[in-house]
Amino acid sequence: MNAHIESHTSAAGKARKRKANPSVTSNGLSRTANALLVALFALLSLACIYPVLLVIAVSFTDEQSIVTYGYQIIPKQFSLFAYRYLFEDAAQIYRSYGVSIAVTLIGTVGSLLLTSLLAFPLSRRDMPYRNVLAFGVFFTMLFSGGLVPWYLIYNDAGLNNTLWALIIPHLVAPFNVIIMRTFFTNTIPVSLIESAKIDGAGEFKIFARIVMPLSLPVMATIGLFQTLAYWNDWFTSSVFISDNKLVSLQYLMYKTIYNIQYLNSGMVDANVAGSASAAIPVETVRMAMAIVGIGPIVFVYPFLQKYFVRGLTVGAVKG
Amino acid sequence: MSRQAGFLFNIVKYRALFLMLVVPAAVLIFNNYIPMFGLVVAFKNYNYIGGILGSPWEGIDNFKFLFQTEDAWVATRNTVLYNPLFIVLNTVCAILLAIALNELRSRKLAKVFQSSLLFPYFLSFVAVSYLAYAFLGGYGFINKSILEPLGLPAVSWYTKPGYWTVILPLVNLWKNVGYGMVVYLAAIVGIDQEYYEAAVIDGASKWKQIWKITIPLIVPVIIVLVILQIGRIFNADFGLFYQVPLNTGVLTPTTSVIDTFVYRSLLISGNVGMSAAASFYQSVVGFVLVLLTNFIVRRTSPENALF
Repeated sequence: MNAHIESHTSAAGKARKRKANPSVTSNGLSRTANALLVALFALLSLACIYPVLLVIAVSFTDEQSIVTYGYQIIPKQFSLFAYRYLFEDAAQIYRSYGVSIAVTLIGTVGSLLLTSLLAFPLSRRDMPYRNVLAFGVFFTMLFSGGLVPWYLIYNDAGLNNTLWALIIPHLVAPFNVIIMRTFFTNTIPVSLIESAKIDGAGEFKIFARIVMPLSLPVMATIGLFQTLAYWNDWFTSSVFISDNKLVSLQYLMYKTIYNIQYLNSGMVDANVAGSASAAIPVETVRMAMAIVGIGPIVFVYPFLQKYFVRGLTVGAVKG
Repeated sequence: MSRQAGFLFNIVKYRALFLMLVVPAAVLIFNNYIPMFGLVVAFKNYNYIGGILGSPWEGIDNFKFLFQTEDAWVATRNTVLYNPLFIVLNTVCAILLAIALNELRSRKLAKVFQSSLLFPYFLSFVAVSYLAYAFLGGYGFINKSILEPLGLPAVSWYTKPGYWTVILPLVNLWKNVGYGMVVYLAAIVGIDQEYYEAAVIDGASKWKQIWKITIPLIVPVIIVLVILQIGRIFNADFGLFYQVPLNTGVLTPTTSVIDTFVYRSLLISGNVGMSAAASFYQSVVGFVLVLLTNFIVRRTSPENALF
């Protein structure tokens, strides 16, 4: 396991070097081949972005024009009605934003702290039983009890309808522990820890004053992975949350797609729906809900993706 | 010094380090290890008063009921058919895209394309289910903007199970191929340029270079990633199979997988016994598959084995 991580980490290191001095020009693609590839990638990129653009467009379209012309990328008749409808009673939306933000913040900070507190002792060559302990972490990636016992145990512990049920599941991810331990092993010189000890520093002081400041890159990477994991999690909510006060944003989106469908039950098809659905702007409100939910991700993606890619190529290569 | 004394001595001497890992270890024990032992519930007649420990033993009745249902077989069949398809499709596409992206002349364009292709990976499956609905719904883009102009009849996508054998692999590819591409691209740019320089001097074509240099050199990365996926062949991506088809009953012949089967039996039908049996079956078969895959890799190329 370790060998893989180390070898690929060094591969990524070389990658950076290579970008600095571009490859020999004689081996470049022909102009035609290059143009074809650019066209292909442009199409694929469009395929990845287009669905979101479509949803944005529909959310700003008049419901009646959707019923007549279907989902279109340029609104036939512009309308803010869907958003007005959605924000008429926006208490739940604000509430859900609050829940998602709280869970993501507490969860990410908590998991950075706990992951590093577990990874640091495991990275120490002098730590007794480190191999047994490391295997204990790794084993949870190989074998799991599955949904049922997990659900029953959370239930027995009284975690139903608490924020803890949303936080604890992602708190210590074994994979993150392994990435972080590898990082500590590779970047924190043993001699540094030794000399701090000689100067009389305790382990907690070493951890806080030496290890943490040197570990910002890996913290950023894992912090990003965790932010995404917490923010996008709707599954845990669907298992443990029934209290409306604790409905996260993703879970609200999950409920809305079914609830509106429920209002419209039996008329999901255009053929059957006819004019009955015109009263409630089902289609456009649904898409407006999607935008309210996806919005934050779309907004931060351009800023974060760079760090995410860096994290993937340094840490995650060996999965 | 006796062994126990040695143990105590170690704990005391390294007490600070042990103290550090107490809380995270407790989380792992609670969240991961106790549920492993909780698997015994599959052999019990569970009731909420007795709980996991107090409920009476029942032998293998839960498993008998489980395998009498057709649903369990359908779910198993779908799981073991979709996952290998996903692995092959996603791996091949990700590698091809990574190679192509690496060849683009403009680094700037390559960056833009990479960002666009990775974008879907950032969305949750709930978000993806909305996007899919925008295309597949009654008034959706495909029916109204593609089929209708072509004079073709609208298709009721959410009631026809057959289509989903194509829709699910496509949605899965759309969401995840960017991630794979980024990982393989990192492996490719890590290849020493001297190999290619030598190949050019020998007059090797681009195709030859890809087949004889690029692919062989990224094989270790491919193997590691594929083993990890094979180890999870018995676990399906719950969001893809449950949320993207909008939990539609008529679609289950092609969208039910073990994970959705367990979820529905437990949380919708409230049948703890049967879902526990299915959960047990999934965990154990999954574990055996991990061990088996690793064993085979260890036999054929020991340096790539996981453990």
